[in-house]
Amino acid sequence: MKKLTLPLSKEQIKDLHAGDSVLLSGVILTARDCAHKRIFEHLDNATPLPFELKDAYIYYAGPCPAKPDKASGSCGPTTSARMDSFAPRLLNCGLGGIIGKGEMSENVREALKANTSLYFAAIGGAGALYGNAIKKSECIAFPELLSEAVHRLEVENFPVIVAYDCHGGSIY
Amino acid sequence: MRKINTALIEQKVYEMALKAGVNLTPACKAALLKARDSESREATKFALETLIENSETAAKENMPVCQDTGMSVVYLEIGQDVFLEGKLLFKAVNDGVRRAYADGYFRKSVCDPLTRRNTGDNTPAVIHTEIVAGDKINITYMPKGFGSENMSRLFMLKPAQGIEGAIEAVVETVKLAGSRPCPPVYVGVGIGGTFDTCAWLAKKALMRDVGEPNGNPAVAEIEKLALRKINGLDIGCQGFHGKTTALGVACEVAPTHIAGLPVAVNIQCHCVRCVKEVL
Repeated sequence: MKKLTLPLSKEQIKDLHAGDSVLLSGVILTARDCAHKRIFEHLDNATPLPFELKDAYIYYAGPCPAKPDKASGSCGPTTSARMDSFAPRLLNCGLGGIIGKGEMSENVREALKANTSLYFAAIGGAGALYGNAIKKSECIAFPELLSEAVHRLEVENFPVIVAYDCHGGSIY
Repeated sequence: MRKINTALIEQKVYEMALKAGVNLTPACKAALLKARDSESREATKFALETLIENSETAAKENMPVCQDTGMSVVYLEIGQDVFLEGKLLFKAVNDGVRRAYADGYFRKSVCDPLTRRNTGDNTPAVIHTEIVAGDKINITYMPKGFGSENMSRLFMLKPAQGIEGAIEAVVETVKLAGSRPCPPVYVGVGIGGTFDTCAWLAKKALMRDVGEPNGNPAVAEIEKLALRKINGLDIGCQGFHGKTTALGVACEVAPTHIAGLPVAVNIQCHCVRCVKEVL
């Protein structure tokens, strides 16, 4: 299995194709429904976000609380399709890629192509394994959203499959 | 008459919630193993292997098997010879859920539907009660994740559409859900009753063990036919294509009105978590 460290260069992204299995290491940011609404409020009002979107990888996930001896609780992906209306604009802001589970809309696939970005599918339901692949977790925005807040995760050998590549390919 | 203090129910619900959050049902685990062994596609096999390994890690390390520890669905069949004493029954159930979600480090996933503000403790639970014969209480605890719940549908079919129409509705629901609900899914079907009772029948069907057919052969036949059609859809584990799109179909029926044929399809992901106890 290919091992890659985030963020990826455009060349690395072009080398990946739908169906490729990859172990990701590096930094990813969690955001799901409520966090996306808040990010959009910042973009609409042109107020600064507490984190960079450029080259960031957003993971559609809301973790369980961490036990005292762990960096994170269980943390598998949530259904990406709920973020269909959000993803294109964020990709146009320079997002490196997205990680989630399940099909997304045609608009998202177009935005991935236009921006040379990737959509990785994590295995939905494998929450404990993904939780254990997280070595450090820190809430960096919207803490009042609890599990829906934005968490900065440092991950090691986080298993994903390329779902949509930047050439228009799809695993679905 | 038998007296049962609701503190006992609270404690039972607490223990059941903790157990359910970290363990797949043995029947679900067996169905996943069977699916893995029949699959040859690389990505699909990898996904199934990952899920099996995940369930083992979760059980060993006492971690939630899925981060969506769900809304708590609690079904109480209360013998009519039982006299409940102590705090209010629903308060006891919710207190048990609240303590389990805190002590188990489970995600709190319940919020106000309008403000979206999280209630912070995963309550209220969805509580169903039925009065049955005897002096015991059967408790079924099922945490229900929403990736799959969101893909559920309800149809008010015409009687002319018949059994064939009902099966079509079930297959169509799974097809439209595609990769989104974390397939291979477990499909709960309710046929008959009213708008509300058929949805509850579909949920109740999911409380049956994966692979256990309905005792009524005519209903078991519907389950079999629907499962065969669903597994011909080639959605497969995670939507990566393959032979197993559903682990099972469970159907419950109830008498309905001469003018109607309600059909509810409640989708459960491959993470089937359900614990049963008798008090």
